[in-house]
Amino acid sequence: MVVIVFEIFLLTLLVITAVGIVRSRDLFSAVMLLGLFSLQIAVIFFILDAADVALTEAAVGAGVSTVLLLGALALTSDREARPKGRRLLALGVASITALILIYASFDQPRLGDPQAPVHQHVAPWYLEQTPKQIDVPNVVTAILASFRGYDTLGELFVIFTAGIGVLFLLADGSGRGARSQLPSAEAQGLRHHLIPRVVGALLVPFIVLFGLYVQFHGDFGPGGGFQAGALVSAGVILYALIEGEASALRVLSFRALAGMIAAGALLYTGVGLAGILRGSQFLDYSVLLADPIAGQHLGIILIELGVGLTVTGVLLTIFHAFAARAQKR
Amino acid sequence: MELLGLYNYWVFPVLLMTGLYAIMSRANLIKKLIGLSMFQAAVFLLYITMDKIEGGTAPILQAGNPEQLYSNPLPQVLILTAIVVGIATLALGLAIVVRISETYGTIEEDEIQGQDAE
Repeated sequence: MVVIVFEIFLLTLLVITAVGIVRSRDLFSAVMLLGLFSLQIAVIFFILDAADVALTEAAVGAGVSTVLLLGALALTSDREARPKGRRLLALGVASITALILIYASFDQPRLGDPQAPVHQHVAPWYLEQTPKQIDVPNVVTAILASFRGYDTLGELFVIFTAGIGVLFLLADGSGRGARSQLPSAEAQGLRHHLIPRVVGALLVPFIVLFGLYVQFHGDFGPGGGFQAGALVSAGVILYALIEGEASALRVLSFRALAGMIAAGALLYTGVGLAGILRGSQFLDYSVLLADPIAGQHLGIILIELGVGLTVTGVLLTIFHAFAARAQKR
Repeated sequence: MELLGLYNYWVFPVLLMTGLYAIMSRANLIKKLIGLSMFQAAVFLLYITMDKIEGGTAPILQAGNPEQLYSNPLPQVLILTAIVVGIATLALGLAIVVRISETYGTIEEDEIQGQDAE
């Protein structure tokens, strides 16, 4: 009961934030509100028992995406022109659609109804078979990495392609990244501000350490490659914001990041092909070792590592691509 | 009381349409992308709402507690990957906006169309 009241409060707050985002003509505050929006929705996901999703949303939505949007604002403009025309029509279309969808909601099962169709079909099978076939406690990881490994491979390649796309759009074409024109590290960053420097120095190691924990503990608790990738990149981005781009690139250069992107995707595909070579199907980890369960564990650890490498590489490459573009101007 | 169980399904269309309204009514390209992110977050909320089961907990199996109910893991898997794909596509969109801004000197849709018409 308390949970429902708390959730309703948060959802109402979410709607207010959303209206604030749309109404705000100052894009800087819109982006900041969007970060808040992500944090609120992450808490709601957590209340709705989706710990893995909440972790990802908090790291990605409130962390990485805010930084990317601010980077884009720095490269364009942070004032929105006064909107003209079309507002009434848009409002009408949006309201009517919302009303129809709300009307349709009366046919939905109530929140938490055990008889809801979504709980009847394949989900109980996953909960039942995970201990027998894969034997890792986190069912989300088991489905993500093993039962539905093929889907996840597809998602990984979407991220991979998006990273390449951003590089095509924003890199300067010299093929050498932004190394040639980086100014000295001292000139950039927030190093001359006391509070960000002290707080950041305290936070960065723990964010990265937590990211690594989430990466390698993902079979047992909430976590896995996607969350870890987002967390580690958030840590490195924080480091780059405080100490300057050049310092962050000294830790993980463009070349290393490109290597990580490719290595992660290759590792995932390689584990899949190893299944074929050992006489079974693509992404069947049971045949990797003599014991099928141990094979599943090895396969999940390896592909989660691949996911973590690619996600970290892509997110950081995107960040550096935006930052390098800003320095050129 | 019974109706409060539908509150998530009412917030979902409101958020969805707030996002869509931002996309339709605003000419600023970054504002459109922000609207798209909100639209996307509303869909995530719909899926995660469906995973909840009364008396359930996060789908991380507890040894020695066979009676425990677990929430549905499947929507969580779908949304988990969708969030990360979402940020990658948002970054791609922002990169396109940056290039548009460099070429046209503006990110307002109507001004860009005006320049194209000339």
